[in-house]
Amino acid sequence: MTEGTSTIDAAEVARFEALGEQWWDPKGPMAPLHAINPVRLAFLRDVLVRHFERDARGLRPLSGLKVLDIGCGGGLLSEPLARMGAEVTGIDPAPGNVDVARLHAEGSGLAIDYRAIPAEELVEAGAQFDVVLALEVVEHVADVSLFIRQAGALVAPGGVFVGSTLNRTAKSFALAIVGAEYVLRWLPRGTHRWDKFVTPDEFEAVLAAAGLQVTEKAGMTFDPLGGRWSLSADMDVNYFLAAIPG
Amino acid sequence: MGEYSQGHAAEAGRTDVARADVAIAGGGLAGLSLALALRDGLGPDARITVFDPTIGRDTSGDVRASAIAAGARRLLTTLGVWDRLGPEAEPIRSMQVTDSRTRDVARPVFLTFDGDVQPGEPFAHMVPNARLLDALTDTARAAGIDLIPAPVSDFTTRRSGVEVTYGAGRSLTAALLVACDGARSRLRDMAGIRNVAWAYGQSAITFTVEHERPHEGCALEHFLPPGPFATLPLPGNRASIVWTERHEDAKRIAALPEAIFQEELETRFGHALGWVRRVSAPAVHPLGFAMARSFVGERFALVGDAAHLIHPIAGQGLNMGLRDVAALAEAVTDAARVGLDFAGPDVLERYQRWRRFDTLAMGVATDALNRLFSNRSDALRLMRDVGLGMVDRLPRLKGLFIKDAAGLTGAVPRLLRGEAL
Repeated sequence: MTEGTSTIDAAEVARFEALGEQWWDPKGPMAPLHAINPVRLAFLRDVLVRHFERDARGLRPLSGLKVLDIGCGGGLLSEPLARMGAEVTGIDPAPGNVDVARLHAEGSGLAIDYRAIPAEELVEAGAQFDVVLALEVVEHVADVSLFIRQAGALVAPGGVFVGSTLNRTAKSFALAIVGAEYVLRWLPRGTHRWDKFVTPDEFEAVLAAAGLQVTEKAGMTFDPLGGRWSLSADMDVNYFLAAIPG
Repeated sequence: MGEYSQGHAAEAGRTDVARADVAIAGGGLAGLSLALALRDGLGPDARITVFDPTIGRDTSGDVRASAIAAGARRLLTTLGVWDRLGPEAEPIRSMQVTDSRTRDVARPVFLTFDGDVQPGEPFAHMVPNARLLDALTDTARAAGIDLIPAPVSDFTTRRSGVEVTYGAGRSLTAALLVACDGARSRLRDMAGIRNVAWAYGQSAITFTVEHERPHEGCALEHFLPPGPFATLPLPGNRASIVWTERHEDAKRIAALPEAIFQEELETRFGHALGWVRRVSAPAVHPLGFAMARSFVGERFALVGDAAHLIHPIAGQGLNMGLRDVAALAEAVTDAARVGLDFAGPDVLERYQRWRRFDTLAMGVATDALNRLFSNRSDALRLMRDVGLGMVDRLPRLKGLFIKDAAGLTGAVPRLLRGEAL
């Protein structure tokens, strides 16, 4: 790992790699990710349909778009994006994750280009994508500014970046760390470190420094009675930002 | 639709196996409605296949008619089926419920329902089953649904799909298999899903009558000691009769010589609409209550009578099936639109949660109604007079009853609200 170019936090990578096959068990350790997946996919779909002026009712609204899924893990996001028609490249620093993702995509009959490489390798190769995604990623990287600069460089002209993460508020501490990890046992303990969480203002500033301008914002909240996640204006816990170069 | 074909191209060398997105076993009212609801939700590229050996057969021998509640009618309108029925659909504009002994001359009316769920929208229509089935079949053909005149003989579930065998050893792989094959569902048994069932010892005698004077869209339900006797308005001066008796009596009555049958009919039908005569042969249908232990399995779902069978006392059997259709199509569509595996366990669980409570509540309510009304106790009669009399005097409660019977209370699926998916 060369000083100043890498954003990978080795301890974080090892924690996720240990999950293996459990990535795809909706009742397993990644259950919360499965639970929020329909909501974040709905947000992504809406943003991308608007940005690229696609048919909102169609089943393949992302046809022909080159999409990069940074921190793809077991492929929970990459597979639905491929089904929506996108040409997906999924990258993850953990070779174990990529193996799980590749095997699962084969079983689902989906062609996805999975690679166990850091984002900087794609930057060095001069690769660019219509859509660059970093969902639930920035809270796990070692250097947020550097990471976002790299992500921004990967967005093609006319393209869009979408990121999501956990806000650093008392509420997110209570819900995500104490609630999700310890009380509900939704996430393996130690999956998140609250001090690494990023506020929307900080995220927006980092994006601006990387030449990306925020176009859309949304929060995601959990209704404990209905047991369902939904999109809302409340960005206190989970939130999304979409940004474009320029 | 392409997302699955893309996947299946990866199964090299399996070109002999045809693909579908959804395979539906059973081309009855529920199965064809589901096919059309999925066409609406998944779009023109989805491959939807319906298997039924009786598909496209002449339906003119079927004289049964069903009450279609407002919610179910909205679904059929959205799917382009309702407009094909035209004047064959007779609105029910009011309903009268009476409670009496069979030979009572005067039947005190103690509950009346009239008024629409919304101005100009009657709370239900009577529709001949044969016409509805024909309209569904025509719409399905026009919508590019594959109609295969053979039964599903077997199926094997794999991670990425269900291999369905039909006809003379032909097969097709689908992402999801839905059993709409009726109360004695073979697929439910093959999936290893147990069914909880009991018979009421009652049967319904059904036939069509002609009568002298117009019925003005009024449905009548007389609660007689052996069970309800219902008169449901059909187009013209005709009505569909659902006459409940203990099973042995029902068989005996249906076999009575014409003149004696006529006398028994007049005793129950009354003379309010002038003369009455039977215009179709009586059929006897044993009544029961049944509910599957689970409505779903791996890449598998039960819809309609295959999932539940309730007492026809409230005329809700078909409406319950169409509510299943609306809920399953919405769950599948919502998942497919965001690229998720639409036959995944989360999706099917959403359908099951949505429908099981409603089904159980309706099953228990109709069962209780039947038990309360099918008996000879005067004390019970007094109790139900007071109970239903109270409902009659409380307009808001009555309004709720009407909306509930129309399927418009609770978390209503989009199709039942008249919205496309």
